[in-house]
Amino acid sequence: MSSEELDIKPEELLDFDYDPPQKDWMDPSVAFRKGTYCYSAAPKNLEYLGLPNPRDWQPHDKDWKLPPDWKETILDGMKDRLSKFRSFQLFMDICVRCGACADKCHFFIGSGDPKNMPVLRAELMRSVYRNDFTAAGKILGKLAGGRELTEEVLKEWFYYFYQCTECRRCSVFCPYGIDTAEITMMARELLNLVGCNINWALEPVANCQRTGNHLGIQPHTFKDSLEFFQDEIEDITGIKVNLPINKKGADVLFVVPSGDYFADPGTFTLMGYLMLFHEIGLDYTWSTYASEGGNFGLFNSHELIKRLNAKIYLEAKRLGVKWILGGECGHMWRVVNQYMDTMNGPADFLEEPVSPITGTKFENAKSTKMVHICEFTADLMQHNKLKLDPSRNDSLRVTFHDSCNPSRAMGILEEPRYVLRNVCKHFYEMPENTIREQTYCCAGGAGLGTDENMEMRMRGGLPRGNAVRHVQMKHDVNRLACICAIDRATLIPLVDYWAPGVEVTGVHELVGNALVMKGEKERELSMRGDPLNEMEDDEDV
Amino acid sequence: MYDGGKIVAGLVVFLAVVTSPIWYNVVAGKAEYRPDPKIVSQEKQCVAPKAWMTAMHMTLLNSWRDSVVREDNRVYVAANGKTYNMSLSKTCMQCHPNKSEFCDRCHNYASVNPYCWDCHVEPKEKK
Amino acid sequence: MNALYALFAVVALMLLAFLGVSTADLNVLFGAIVPYAAVSVFLIGVSYRVLKWATVPVPFRITTVCGQEKSLPWIKSSPLESPHNGVYAALRMALEVLAFRSLFRNTRISLAPDEKSIGGKRIVYSSNFFLWLGALAFHYCFLIILLRHFRFFTEPVVFFVPLLQDLDGFFQVGVPGVYMTGLIFVAAVGYLLLRRFSNPQVRYISLAADYFPLFLLLGIAGSGILMRYFFKVDVVKVKELMMGLIGFHPVVPDGIGSLFYIHLFLVCVLVAYFPFSKLVHMAGIFLSPTRNMANDNRAHRHINPWNYPVDVHTYEDWEEEFKDKLIAAGLPLDKG
Repeated sequence: MSSEELDIKPEELLDFDYDPPQKDWMDPSVAFRKGTYCYSAAPKNLEYLGLPNPRDWQPHDKDWKLPPDWKETILDGMKDRLSKFRSFQLFMDICVRCGACADKCHFFIGSGDPKNMPVLRAELMRSVYRNDFTAAGKILGKLAGGRELTEEVLKEWFYYFYQCTECRRCSVFCPYGIDTAEITMMARELLNLVGCNINWALEPVANCQRTGNHLGIQPHTFKDSLEFFQDEIEDITGIKVNLPINKKGADVLFVVPSGDYFADPGTFTLMGYLMLFHEIGLDYTWSTYASEGGNFGLFNSHELIKRLNAKIYLEAKRLGVKWILGGECGHMWRVVNQYMDTMNGPADFLEEPVSPITGTKFENAKSTKMVHICEFTADLMQHNKLKLDPSRNDSLRVTFHDSCNPSRAMGILEEPRYVLRNVCKHFYEMPENTIREQTYCCAGGAGLGTDENMEMRMRGGLPRGNAVRHVQMKHDVNRLACICAIDRATLIPLVDYWAPGVEVTGVHELVGNALVMKGEKERELSMRGDPLNEMEDDEDV
Repeated sequence: MYDGGKIVAGLVVFLAVVTSPIWYNVVAGKAEYRPDPKIVSQEKQCVAPKAWMTAMHMTLLNSWRDSVVREDNRVYVAANGKTYNMSLSKTCMQCHPNKSEFCDRCHNYASVNPYCWDCHVEPKEKK
Repeated sequence: MNALYALFAVVALMLLAFLGVSTADLNVLFGAIVPYAAVSVFLIGVSYRVLKWATVPVPFRITTVCGQEKSLPWIKSSPLESPHNGVYAALRMALEVLAFRSLFRNTRISLAPDEKSIGGKRIVYSSNFFLWLGALAFHYCFLIILLRHFRFFTEPVVFFVPLLQDLDGFFQVGVPGVYMTGLIFVAAVGYLLLRRFSNPQVRYISLAADYFPLFLLLGIAGSGILMRYFFKVDVVKVKELMMGLIGFHPVVPDGIGSLFYIHLFLVCVLVAYFPFSKLVHMAGIFLSPTRNMANDNRAHRHINPWNYPVDVHTYEDWEEEFKDKLIAAGLPLDKG
């Protein structure tokens, strides 16, 4: 994805304050200003997936061409979900509006728009819940905080629930654990019922349903891409790494987000994987059918999560592997960690994962049977199974961006840091309010990482950008490492805007740089093809 | 997953705690008890009317103490013009020597623990 | 505006009790019927709410993880922030309920000028303990005050009441001795109320339903403090009334001041209002799926009772669709 220049200067973007307007929030009003929302999903994608109300429309149109019974559909959908998700029912009931979450959302921090406070984002829906599902709301109406579901309210839902990246940072601070991501997921499911969805979130789903990956890459192109990386690696190391695709009977099925074989810098990370597996002699395979670890279903509905995710277990079973290894990806790991086994398990046809190199049993993955690449690599390093030359990354001064989902939906905080410390000598943490469980979103997750939404992305990217800028000034940091494919796409324009000069990298790209392979030629080039000893000059431009 | 068992168990515990006074009373069986302080004096009247004394005696005693200890004034002029010696043991306890049957009954009932006897000697009562 | 509605409602309730007792002689209504009704509504209402939540399944294990997961044995995990079993999940919940752990994290941000930052401004994080402190002080004082009131509900008075009274009145100021909790309670509720007025964001989101319980609590605390320290009521008679209610032989003694009835009535309103308002967070927090579950998803399968089959693009159909391309790329086919 190209980083489209945003024609608003940072000074102008920051020209706002946090004071809410005089007007009562209950009066719905939303202006679809270009740059702050995503375009509608193309009807062909809805049709392919069999979703309701495919049509040509745009959020800025006056007429949204809603089905005549749209209101009933939404309220029935709410009722149905209130009886299926305790989280939803509970989170509608117990918020006390203490405001602890208010300034924890990156979109609020970067925009000052009060409806981006998690509490108020949820109240947009809670007001309808109170009006139609509680006795007090039915009797007292507005006095009890109730609000009738009108077309204006629906438009407001669309605007603000597609202005939440489901990052769950607010949930960390909420005294009751109210998770706005849950509410946003419900809202998006409801919006999907009447055909109000965004293309950037839905087209990948349609692609993935059809071809097996979000980008719609077909099997022959998949193979071509990997062979291209194989050649690149040969140029750099002199070694032709093995490239098993759709290999039956392999020990391990390896699944990555498709961004990693599509665009830089994810591709460098993917080359890191290829080199690592070749070096340790892992018996593994790629799959062209399950060629996507990510799951944009998550950004639309639970049903779509399940439809896309099912392919991973189906393919593992077909290929007869023992267990599954997953690459660096954020929301993919939310799905793997919190949904996959429940939705598409039990994976009783697989074995409990054991590293064939070290013999380590990954007991924390004994049911799902899927291991995170950072867990796998950290284990290799701890057992001294890799020969590493971290000085090859000496020109890099690295900081680590915890991605929302691996940190708050999984808790993989130390593994990537352990790997980074083993492969580079200059590692610096960003301020503690911005990392680990308090990490900030890239502001382009949950299907919002599209160029037409660039202003909102840069606004939401402010706290992350600020933190990167801080370590850039303090420690001359020039690399922002992450374990998320969406980050590898969305952080690039973010740092260009808020911390220019910093580049984005996957953790396994740096592993690839540092990995000393048996029989390799003297390394002169980094994974990026930059001369190893001149990289520093390159970075300082 | 519902965790119904845990939730119902939790709810039962909660309801038991909320209604615990009822169960406590079922066991103790003293809900009907009334303190009924016993007046043994022949005097017809206290230093102030009974209803006022019931509610305000602690305030009166407190002001007596301040008056005696801090201002060295021992004379209390009652509303009806009579004068009294401000003294717990010499005035009050003259009429109410039966601490356990007079003071303690209400104090125990209402869980009041005055610190009169931190300084004063508790009267020896005839058993 | 919302605050005014709430204040008006509380004042109206106070007047109702005052006029009912002092002019219409409705002591039996306010001294027996209303309390019984209120407590019944509370018990049934809370049970209804909790059981209703209980009938809704938790389809997915969506723990909000706030620390390192338990993974490789040599990596130190944070079991209280990322519990890997039920015991630690329970401890995490205990920390949440007893110490308001999440609220303790609270910070406040502001945008400050900073020439090194792009755009000339930088986000500054400052600690913000006051919400945590105010909330904790309010809840614990409320609990102690409630337990102290057991002197009116138990005969003989239950053992912990004198202990709490001694502790609470430790400084022995005035007669009757001032209880610290009463003052802290009013200060804490006052802070929570002032915060709703003074913090622009919180004011913006506050509904009448947010001000109402605060005014109600101030009314309850105020009437209680007035009764204890200024306009005395006959506590023996008050206890006779309470014990009559508890023993199910209600008696309404004459001569209890109307201040008491105002106090009692506001408590009854609070109790009856409880299950139908945000106050049910007291029960709800225990059921919060992001806090009460272990982060052991990959080790133990979570069951979704309504898991249903969905339309999946199977491998067979997929191979059929991309057959030519697979062959051209030299990739193996299942159906040769």
